[in-house]
Amino acid sequence: MTVEDRWLLPEGVGEVLPPEAERLEALRRAIVDLFQSWGYELCVPPLIEYLESLLTGTGHDLDLETFKITDQMSGRLMGVRADMTPQVARIDAHRLKRETPTRLCYLGPVLRTRPSGLGGSRNPLQIGAELYGHRGVESDVEVVCLMLETLETAGQEGICIDLGHMQVFRALADRAGLDRERNGLLFDALQRKAMPEIEDYLERWRVPPEIARLISALPEWNGDAQVLDVSLRALSGAGREVRAAIHDLGEIGAQVRERYPEVRVHFDLAELRGYHYHSGVMFAAYKAGQGQALATGGRYDDIGAVFGRARPATGFSTDLKLLVGSAAATDRPRPSVFAPWPTDPRRTDPRLTDLIRRLRAEGRRVVCGLPGQVGGAAEMGCGEQLDLCDGQWVLNRV
Amino acid sequence: MSHGLTLAVSKGRILVDLLPLLAGMGIEPAEDPETSRSLIIPARGGALQLVIVRAADVPTYVEYGAADLGVVGKDVLLEYPGEGLYEPLDLGIARCRLVVAGPAGGVECAAGRLRIATKYVRTTRRYFAEKGDQVEVIRLYGSMELAPLVGLADRIVDLVDTGNTLRANGLAVLETIAAISARLIVNKAAMKMKNLEVKRMLAAFARAAGQGPQLSSEGGAP
Repeated sequence: MTVEDRWLLPEGVGEVLPPEAERLEALRRAIVDLFQSWGYELCVPPLIEYLESLLTGTGHDLDLETFKITDQMSGRLMGVRADMTPQVARIDAHRLKRETPTRLCYLGPVLRTRPSGLGGSRNPLQIGAELYGHRGVESDVEVVCLMLETLETAGQEGICIDLGHMQVFRALADRAGLDRERNGLLFDALQRKAMPEIEDYLERWRVPPEIARLISALPEWNGDAQVLDVSLRALSGAGREVRAAIHDLGEIGAQVRERYPEVRVHFDLAELRGYHYHSGVMFAAYKAGQGQALATGGRYDDIGAVFGRARPATGFSTDLKLLVGSAAATDRPRPSVFAPWPTDPRRTDPRLTDLIRRLRAEGRRVVCGLPGQVGGAAEMGCGEQLDLCDGQWVLNRV
Repeated sequence: MSHGLTLAVSKGRILVDLLPLLAGMGIEPAEDPETSRSLIIPARGGALQLVIVRAADVPTYVEYGAADLGVVGKDVLLEYPGEGLYEPLDLGIARCRLVVAGPAGGVECAAGRLRIATKYVRTTRRYFAEKGDQVEVIRLYGSMELAPLVGLADRIVDLVDTGNTLRANGLAVLETIAAISARLIVNKAAMKMKNLEVKRMLAAFARAAGQGPQLSSEGGAP
C-alpha cells in the first residue's frame, strides 16, 4: 500500500468537509423543520436489517444495489440499506399500524454497491417524506408540493417537474400478454426510449398490432399537457385504469401548477424510473444545467402488503449532499470571536471565561486560542477578538 | 449558455456519414470537423453545436448532460452500462456487424475454455453466456486480428464492415452477434427541460434518416 492508497476513498464514496458540511447541516435542519411544519413525523430506521425485510416487495435493481453481510448472531444475511423508503413503509405497516393518514419523514446515510442515480454517489445522504393511508391525487399533490418546497429551501430554482404513471405501461404490457422476462426487457428498453429495440421486440414476440402500436407510441408521449390529450385519444380502448391514470396525471399537473405557477410541468408516459416498487404516478424534479434528476418519488401502494398490511403510499426522496453541492454556494464564514490565550501566564482569567460563556449562550461562536499556537484571530477566521483594555475584556473588530 | 443544442460525436466513419445527414437537415458546421483542431464547432444558424469526443466517451458526455445529444455506434452503447440515457433513433449510418471471427481453416482449438480477444468485453461475455459457453475474455485495445495469429486467442470479437482485414489475416466470420449502426442518443434532463427543441431535432433527424413520421409529433399533434 503506497501513501496515495492510504488516503484515497473508494470510488463513488465521498465525504463532506468544512465549510460545506456546515451548510449541509444547516440545510438538514431547515428541511426537517419544513417536514415537521407540514406534519411529517421523523423516524430513524436502522442502517442494517435482515435482507428479506429490506428487499421484499422491491425489484431486482434494489437487490443488486444492496451491500450484504452475514449476521454472526443468527447466520442470516443482512443488508445495508440502499434506499430507506421500504424501511419506512415497513414502519408504517407493521410498527405504527394506524388507521389515519400517516406522514413520516426520515434522513440518513444509505449505501449503494454501484454508483448510480443521483450524482453517481455510492454513499448519499437520503432525505425524504412519505404519506401513507390515502389513495388519490390529493396526497400525490401534497408530496409533489413538499418536494418543491424542499428544493426551494435548498435554494434550487428553475425547477421542472416530470410526471409519469406506472399503470400505463403495466396495462399495456398485460394486454400484450408479456411474461416476466419479456416485461423486464421491454421495461428496460422503454427506460432508454430505445425505439429500434422496442419495435424489434414487439415484432419478435408477435404482439398484436393494435397493442404494439400503442406500446411503440409510449416513448413519443412526452411534453406539455397536450400529450395527455393525444395519448388519451389513442388509448381510448385501453381500459378504465389507463384512462384514470392519465386523468390523474393531468389533475396533479394542474393542481401543482396552480400552487407553483413558476414551476414547469412535463409529462412522460414512458418514464419508468424506480426500483419496480412504484405502482402509480411517478415524479422527478429536474433543473436546467443539471444532467440528472434532483429528487424523485412516486406512489407505491403495494409495498406494505408484504409486511401484512397493504396501505396506499406516496412519497419522495433526494440526496442531501447533491442538494448542497448543486445549490449556489454562498460561503460566508460564520461570524466568530477569537479569545486569545491570556498573556498573563499565572492562570486563566475568570472574567474572560464568564464572558466567553455568556457570548456562547447568546449564540455567538467563540474560538479559544491556545498557548503558543500558530496564527491569531484573522488566521483563525474570526472577525472579532476579545482584548484586555484597562482591566476589562472588550470585543474589538479585527 | 446558448439556447442551441449540443451534439457529441466522434471523428471517423460516424462523422463522415453524419455530415450529409446534417446537410440534409440544413445544418452545416462552421468549420470542417475532420480537419479542424477545434473541439467545439458551432453550426451555422446556431441551432446546434458539435463537440468532438472519442467514440467511447459519447455516452458519458450525454448521460452527464455535457452534451444534449450524441451520435454513437450501437457497439459502444452495448458496452455502456445502465439506462442513464435515451436512444430513440437508429440513424442507419455507419453500418457494420459485430462478429465472432476465427481462423478461416476452422482449426479447432484444444479442449477447455475458448480464449476470445476483444475490446467489447461486456458484449462478448453476455453473448457467450447466452449461448451457454464459458469463455475467457482477453481485453485488447486494437489490432484484434493479430491475436489468433500469434496464439494469444482462439477467436476474436470485433466490428466488421467489408471483411477485408479479416481475410488479409486468414480469418473468417464465424458468427454474427449483432448488426450495428449509429444511434442518436439524448440526455434525460434535456429531453424534459428542452423538450420542444429536442423533439424538433429528433423529428428532423428521423426525416433525414429516411424514417417516416415516427417520433415527429411535436407536442403530439395527431
